[in-house]
Amino acid sequence: MGMTFAEKILAVKSGRTTVLPGDIVRVSPDRLMSVSASNAIPIGCFRQLGVDRVWDPDRIVLILDHETPPHDSAHADAHALVRQFAAEQGISRFFDVGEGICHQLMIEKGLVFPGELIFGKDSHTITYGAVGAFAAAIDATEMGCLWATGETWLKVPDSIKVWISGAFRPGVSGKDLVLNLIGRLRSDGASYMSVEYLGPAVINLPMADRMTVANMAIEMGAKNAVFPADKVTDAYLAQFDRHYMAVRPDPDARYVGEETINLAELSPQVACPHRVDNVLPVSELVGLPIHQVFLGSCTNGRLEDLEIAARILEGHKVAPGVRFLVGPASRKVFLDAMAADHIQSLTRAGAIILPPGCGPCFGYTGNLASGERCVSTSNRNFKGRMGNPDAEIYLASPATAAASAIEGKIADPRSYTP
Amino acid sequence: MEKQLFSRLLEGSVIKLGDDIDTDLIYPGRYVPVVDPVEWPKHALEGIDPYFPSRLRPGDILLAGRDFGCGSSRSQAVSCLKLAGIGVIVAASFGRIFFRNAVNQGLPVVECPEAHALFSDGDRLTIDLKAGRIECTDRFVYFRPLPSFLMEILSAGGLVPYTRNRLQEKKEK
Repeated sequence: MGMTFAEKILAVKSGRTTVLPGDIVRVSPDRLMSVSASNAIPIGCFRQLGVDRVWDPDRIVLILDHETPPHDSAHADAHALVRQFAAEQGISRFFDVGEGICHQLMIEKGLVFPGELIFGKDSHTITYGAVGAFAAAIDATEMGCLWATGETWLKVPDSIKVWISGAFRPGVSGKDLVLNLIGRLRSDGASYMSVEYLGPAVINLPMADRMTVANMAIEMGAKNAVFPADKVTDAYLAQFDRHYMAVRPDPDARYVGEETINLAELSPQVACPHRVDNVLPVSELVGLPIHQVFLGSCTNGRLEDLEIAARILEGHKVAPGVRFLVGPASRKVFLDAMAADHIQSLTRAGAIILPPGCGPCFGYTGNLASGERCVSTSNRNFKGRMGNPDAEIYLASPATAAASAIEGKIADPRSYTP
Repeated sequence: MEKQLFSRLLEGSVIKLGDDIDTDLIYPGRYVPVVDPVEWPKHALEGIDPYFPSRLRPGDILLAGRDFGCGSSRSQAVSCLKLAGIGVIVAASFGRIFFRNAVNQGLPVVECPEAHALFSDGDRLTIDLKAGRIECTDRFVYFRPLPSFLMEILSAGGLVPYTRNRLQEKKEK
């Protein structure tokens, strides 16, 4: 019988010829990614283990992205501790405040390749499935122990197949695809599972969309989510000049579920408070007054996202009474968006440009007032997520966010696209 | 301390919660950058109700519905409950990262879909992790115990002491 992507990669990584869902395997990751001031926790765990050196400094990545820049001395102290740990352990892949959001950096800097196994101390680690890796989130305690041992266990997951066909209509993008999927599968619909994106339309999905779609699979509980490596992956990774072994599922692999999506039938989607799976087509929400728009995060802070927003805002201004926050996902995105004049045109239209980082997504900056409503391109609208339990967050695509910023109400981006 | 915990049955009063309690409800994101662990339990379950932290008593049992702990990987979502004295969490199902996080921090987790309907807020429960049994005065339910390698991590008091012991044994060999 054929194997799914997850089964294949976990068989290879555990030195077996075959594995079955439910098998417990011991694995050693290709890379470990750990983020933010809360790196103090795995560092504290590591210090208790009675070893002096990390298992392999070249396989460890440390990133400061959540608190950019820190707004109090406790966070600044925690950052200093991470810098000192990186220096002490010879961890050269340390990215300081301002470089960007961890998940963007991992892919953009060529730190993830197809067929690799990655663990990250952040739930959106799952994003790296966009380049054909098996990437799963773990907690801080496990990260600290992995730094010492380089080894842990995984249960081979059941897999579900998402079969994608058709082509996006104007104004519709990867964010709408994944919101629609989460609305159908619900927040635990892929719990503990490997989500594998396949079908004839996948080859037309650019890397930016793949990252968005893989990124939000955690919002349906998935362990990993993958676009098995193909020509799009190869074209993107060509810049790094490195060999890798693409892993693709067998045609006769066994899936416990299948969802099909025809992109041509998809309209702009919005996840309403306070659940990511509370998804409605934008048409049912048009006209709802808003106070803030956030364009950014590891979900939708890429050059392509800023470009979509800049195009829609061309010849328009942000509505009075609306704060339009724009956070480029990385320094590179920021520079590229400047070179393309997107930063300038967004700023002229009334946007507030934030430093590359996580910021408003989890309530570190750009917090909402009580009773306010925000349209956000990020990934979670949980109660209190943006710092205030009495505020409402609507998750949407960059196009919907930009159109809404113009109107000061939730708006259908299709009125702004050719 | 944790060893003792495992040599006897877990007992405590039920605090009943609903479905889909995400990590922002357990430990709101705005407190994630808080560095001092003493502060963490003061925000435990604050996202559900600001008065929740003052309700929690050592040994309490959280009884939740589906998908408890879905969302972020934040370590404090487990630490705040552990430091608040929660003895064990029983849920119909858990978010995957939270489940692993709890075992790794030595906080017992029990997956038991039937328990939520069977027990009420304030019930005194006795839980036998090894036998896989939850009991009240006149009712009981069985669940599948954790696999032995996870029980070993829990018995050691979490992944840090477990790993420290293993590394020590390796050195001595």
